[in-house]
Amino acid sequence: MGSFLFGALINLNHPDHYFQWHFLGISAANAIVIVLMVATFVAALLLPFPGRRRRKENQ
Amino acid sequence: MSTSEIDRQWTTRLRKRTFGKLPPEKMLPDTQPSYVSSWIYVFGVATISSIVVVIGTGCVLAIFGPQWWHTSPEGRFVNSLHLWSVEIFFFSMVIHLWGKYFMAAWRGGRALTWITGMVLFLCSIVTALTGYVSQSNFDSQWISTQAKDAINGSGGGAFFNLLNGGQMLMWHIVLMPLILVLLVGVHVVLVRIKGVVPPFEENAGADQ
Repeated sequence: MGSFLFGALINLNHPDHYFQWHFLGISAANAIVIVLMVATFVAALLLPFPGRRRRKENQ
Repeated sequence: MSTSEIDRQWTTRLRKRTFGKLPPEKMLPDTQPSYVSSWIYVFGVATISSIVVVIGTGCVLAIFGPQWWHTSPEGRFVNSLHLWSVEIFFFSMVIHLWGKYFMAAWRGGRALTWITGMVLFLCSIVTALTGYVSQSNFDSQWISTQAKDAINGSGGGAFFNLLNGGQMLMWHIVLMPLILVLLVGVHVVLVRIKGVVPPFEENAGADQ
């Protein structure tokens, strides 16, 4: 039951999808993780940190 | 015992040196500079938090063994927790690494902190690889036979054999975790001794 609930969200029971460009090849899963990491990194730089302004004012 | 004799004892010298470099208020400070309020450090802490989950779930897997983690629902759940905490570990570590790289976090005598972080990253890759080949399924057989050529080509095959399941399992559950935990400890202590690197504008003229 549990595996049905969690497994039904994304079906991973198939061969991986690959992006191929000349001699470069990367699986869709790895490409998605890299894009997510870059997006999270940019968000970490741009998003304000909670309470930072308050701490600066106290110093 | 005279005072000079006490001062010569290795325990006295070690205590004075340790607390001289890292007094308790520096090891566990009450406040931090405002520039430490950054998401980049959240990912450093997330890396340490995820390695705690990795080691905890790894201990549970070690207790019950491969049949349990391959066949029972509970085993597969803990196996998945182990995998996904590793994913979060690498995800957080890479973002922390990118952030520190663009901050040039080795400034101000922090080279050893940077080096221990980089060595940690490389050791984590070895730990993950030995974990992949220790799953005891067709996936681990495929990965070990594919990766052995690269390892042998690099010269690493002189020291370890990816096709040796027993050796890889011992590396994964004893040797590499010991190295990682030791390096994490050294890395954190170095951060506490040297402090967090200040932003460029606040450190002008003292970059080297």
